[in-house]
Amino acid sequence: MTEPFTAPALHGIVAEFTTPDGLVVACRKAHAAGYRRMDAYTPYPLEEAADAIGFEKTRVPLLTLVGGILGGLSGYLLQYWVHVLAYPLNVGGRPLHSWPSFIIITFEMTILFAGITAVVGMLTLNGLPQPYHPIFNHPRFSAASRDRFFLCIEAADPKFDLYETTLFLQATDAIDVAEVAD
Amino acid sequence: MMEQVPETKASTTERLLPRQSPVLTPGHTLETITDKIVSIVLRRPVTLGWLGGFAFFFGLLNLMLFAMAYLFFRGVGIWGINIPVGWGFAIVNFVWWVGIGHAGTLISAILLLLKQRWRNSINRFAEAMTLFAVACAGMFPLVHTGRPWLAYWLFPYPNTMGVWPQFRSPLLWDVFAVSTYATISALFWFVGLIPDLATFRDTATNPVAKTIYGLLAMGWRGSARHWKRYESAYLLLAGLATPLVLSVHTVVSFDFAISILPGWHTTVFPPYFVAGAIYSGFAMVLVLAIPIRRFYGVQDMMTLRHLDNAAKVMLGTGLIVAYGYAMEAFYAYYSGNAYELFMFKNRLLGPMAWSYWCLILFNILIPQVLWIRKVRLNPAMLFCTSLVILFGMWLERFVIVVTSLHRDFLPSSWGMYVATRWDYAVFAGTLGLFFSAMFLFVRLMPMITIFEMRMLLPQAKLSEEVAAHD
Repeated sequence: MTEPFTAPALHGIVAEFTTPDGLVVACRKAHAAGYRRMDAYTPYPLEEAADAIGFEKTRVPLLTLVGGILGGLSGYLLQYWVHVLAYPLNVGGRPLHSWPSFIIITFEMTILFAGITAVVGMLTLNGLPQPYHPIFNHPRFSAASRDRFFLCIEAADPKFDLYETTLFLQATDAIDVAEVAD
Repeated sequence: MMEQVPETKASTTERLLPRQSPVLTPGHTLETITDKIVSIVLRRPVTLGWLGGFAFFFGLLNLMLFAMAYLFFRGVGIWGINIPVGWGFAIVNFVWWVGIGHAGTLISAILLLLKQRWRNSINRFAEAMTLFAVACAGMFPLVHTGRPWLAYWLFPYPNTMGVWPQFRSPLLWDVFAVSTYATISALFWFVGLIPDLATFRDTATNPVAKTIYGLLAMGWRGSARHWKRYESAYLLLAGLATPLVLSVHTVVSFDFAISILPGWHTTVFPPYFVAGAIYSGFAMVLVLAIPIRRFYGVQDMMTLRHLDNAAKVMLGTGLIVAYGYAMEAFYAYYSGNAYELFMFKNRLLGPMAWSYWCLILFNILIPQVLWIRKVRLNPAMLFCTSLVILFGMWLERFVIVVTSLHRDFLPSSWGMYVATRWDYAVFAGTLGLFFSAMFLFVRLMPMITIFEMRMLLPQAKLSEEVAAHD
């Protein structure tokens, strides 16, 4: 039994740029033309590229705040529970709920939880670790971690049209426009 | 394919005009920066010099393993500690190593928040230095407990004995502070590495190396959305690490200051300990950076400007430390407390006086040469000054720990402290652990942050008309 031959599904069309200017201008044009399912790839953080494709807010700071508050609360409550409820020790008649001596561990736990939440939250929102991503099918994509800038308009975008989108990307400063299989 | 960037020797103009000395020597592009840093790990053959250095420090590391094995077999009695000096080298070394770690966090977090872009080329190996220094530090309190296999009793966990740790004790604060510090430093270091590991994955030709770097890079692809969250998380980590690093040595100083021993019970301890930590940490940064930039030809990325700036930080923090010493003397005099006064006289003239006067010489007097610009711009002299400061800062902790403990309130309980060969063996062994880890690090990981160096390039920025879009 043989499978009927089908062309591999298309992930999107990828334009390659040599300068950050070319990439950001193309991103803005694509966003203005109504494309939404797209992503830019750069060798270093380029905030304007994220803004240009319409990605302006991240939830990492909020998550970190929540993590920090939870850490601080759990640190304080743990000490309170241990010293007042679970294992009260009378040391020279001093109060059991001696809050000044609880501050340091509360602080350390705040930092610890917030830091771990920031990193785990960032990785989770980014979907990392991710063993496979179709963009790596692009023959020169290794340059994205070196000196090249890429813009990918994905086939899943409602406005995507193989011919129109290719023409659109060819009209930018791109030095190369290629199809990438899924 | 690989154009090697010409190795820039510090030119005469660079020597004469240090203020014009750039953070990154002009002429680099995105490609050359990547190639240069990647080639140190992936293309450069293992040299005899590297092997020799690594073998030496690896030998020291084995000495540590031997000394530790004997320690576990016989107990802490093989060290010079006894009553009244129960802390000895173990705590001296602990404080010294934790302090060294502080410069790494200061460079990576505080200088990031202050937008000091020159830090970009030294933060990665300074962070690695922090990690290894904290690893060395953490070992001492652990083995000093005498029964390190029960050290987990320090952590609060439900147990069949029905007891809980005493959270009001500074020693427990220390457990939390140092373990949090180690965790956050490791996270900060690893998060910083992810994009560079992706570069390694994409550049490596050896399939084993490619697989390992690929696994560590976790599929990083440089997406704009990822970068945005990444930058946000990185900045938050820096913001969290900044108060953390100040708190860690504060807590370490509480181990002393919360007690009532003469010479320990002072409020100047936290700021003076933090300044001392940064002082010794920057000295260690220079002790590592000066040979690295020479042997790996990265003088164009770690320029004289970096050395100059680090020397100035040392000068500043050194003066804070000097102020701390002056205040200790003033407290002893002004307190009117006979024990405090005696403690100080004993430091100046007692049987341990040599350590105090060496401390003043190494930590206060000799480092004043850093006022001279020629010294700050001369790597060899800076290297020697840094070694002197490192030794001086070790002596400072020795003076604090030993002179206060060996003669406290009652003359009948006085004693002397003499370190044994096992004390020295363990200390030398941690130096071995630290430096062998550094040797491996420079050969296995990008020791300069590639993506942050790219951001220093003028062509990495958007042109004005594109940037002024909004």
